[in-house]
Amino acid sequence: MSYLELRDVTKIYGEGATEVHALTRIDLSVEAGSLVAVMGASGSGKSTLLTIAGSLEDPTAGEVYVGGRALSSLSRNGKARLRRQTIGYVFQDFNLLAGLSALENVSLPLELDGVSARKAQGAAMESLEGFGLKERASHYPDQLSGGERQRVAIARAVVGGRQLLLADEPSGALDSTNAESVMRLILEACRRGMAAVVVTHDAQLASWADRVVFLRDGRIVDQTLPAESPDTFLADLPQS
Amino acid sequence: MSVRHALLALLSEGPKYGLQLRQEFEARTGDVWPLNVGQVYTTLQRLERDGLVEAEDSSEEGPQKGFHITDEGAAELAEWLRTPPDFSSPPRDELVIKVLVALGLPGVDVREVIQVHRRYLIVLMQQWTHLKEDESRFDLNFALVVDAEVFRLDSLVRWLDTAEGRLKRAAAGVAAPAPQPFPLPKARRKVGGPR
Repeated sequence: MSYLELRDVTKIYGEGATEVHALTRIDLSVEAGSLVAVMGASGSGKSTLLTIAGSLEDPTAGEVYVGGRALSSLSRNGKARLRRQTIGYVFQDFNLLAGLSALENVSLPLELDGVSARKAQGAAMESLEGFGLKERASHYPDQLSGGERQRVAIARAVVGGRQLLLADEPSGALDSTNAESVMRLILEACRRGMAAVVVTHDAQLASWADRVVFLRDGRIVDQTLPAESPDTFLADLPQS
Repeated sequence: MSVRHALLALLSEGPKYGLQLRQEFEARTGDVWPLNVGQVYTTLQRLERDGLVEAEDSSEEGPQKGFHITDEGAAELAEWLRTPPDFSSPPRDELVIKVLVALGLPGVDVREVIQVHRRYLIVLMQQWTHLKEDESRFDLNFALVVDAEVFRLDSLVRWLDTAEGRLKRAAAGVAAPAPQPFPLPKARRKVGGPR
């Protein structure tokens, strides 16, 4: 079953002569357990798609369903609660709060949601451990390497059993080895049952996805089918 | 891929026989480049003729026949390792040619042509990348082979992305030369340093 579904979503900014069609009639379904990459050039509408999928902005037309719930049926507070409880975001520049330790950064979304500090910190520590960051829990963002900061950001995005992960150019300025680790962690979160959408212009990041959707001028113009199994691919390679 | 030098490299570790060379070659290239056993024997015969390997005195004929590397073979291997492959002249790239041809044809949507190729390349990249997901077979050799292939395909996707960006700017009237019909390079220009 689709955990995230965009149905006939259009987003228009401005009006009249200054009208800009950021997204036009987008249909997109993301199953629980799968990773979908949305690929497109700058200005193709990728980031708008992600903010609408994550309920940070409303579409001009069409409907977004998260976990079966239509976002248009939720109040402002209802959407905020949905974001806190079910959606994790990973941004290009990590967006960690500089004055908080790694542990506090990860536990914050749970505490904002009313979970007791003790329970929230327990869940945050578990999430950090899962990403090999137990020893770095008390460090502040400026004491962490770029790769570690992004792992903290992913730990924060999946903490407390969130079910939808939305990532905008999640490898930021990381080198290719660290970028690969980021995608590996996102894919692992999917294999544990999360639905994930990664928007990127980078083909190497996109190639970690189960399905790649191509966006151009605000429209989905093409997509790949789910990848065949690695064994079939290896067996089909031409013999030298 | 030079099978000749790969076999010399394997023999530089110590004497080996044909079947063993084939198995080790495949294992070290992550089973990505399967090698035909006939190719191993033909190559060994040529290496022997050129004085780069010698048959072991004591070994039998057939699949158990052992070989060792000679001093000339070791020198050849060292020289080969340090000789850069020829990247000085651009290859006649079929993908580039197709996009250039599409540019000059009336009624052809070049962006659609670009997307067909982009999707194909991304599907291949997905297949290579998903091989990395199973870490049980992800040893160093295999990782390097897969990385090389992913980077090669990625460079083609980047070229397509750049081509599409240039087309968009050209269509919007940003100063750019109008495309010539069939602007295929007539003569290959030498670039890069001396070889």
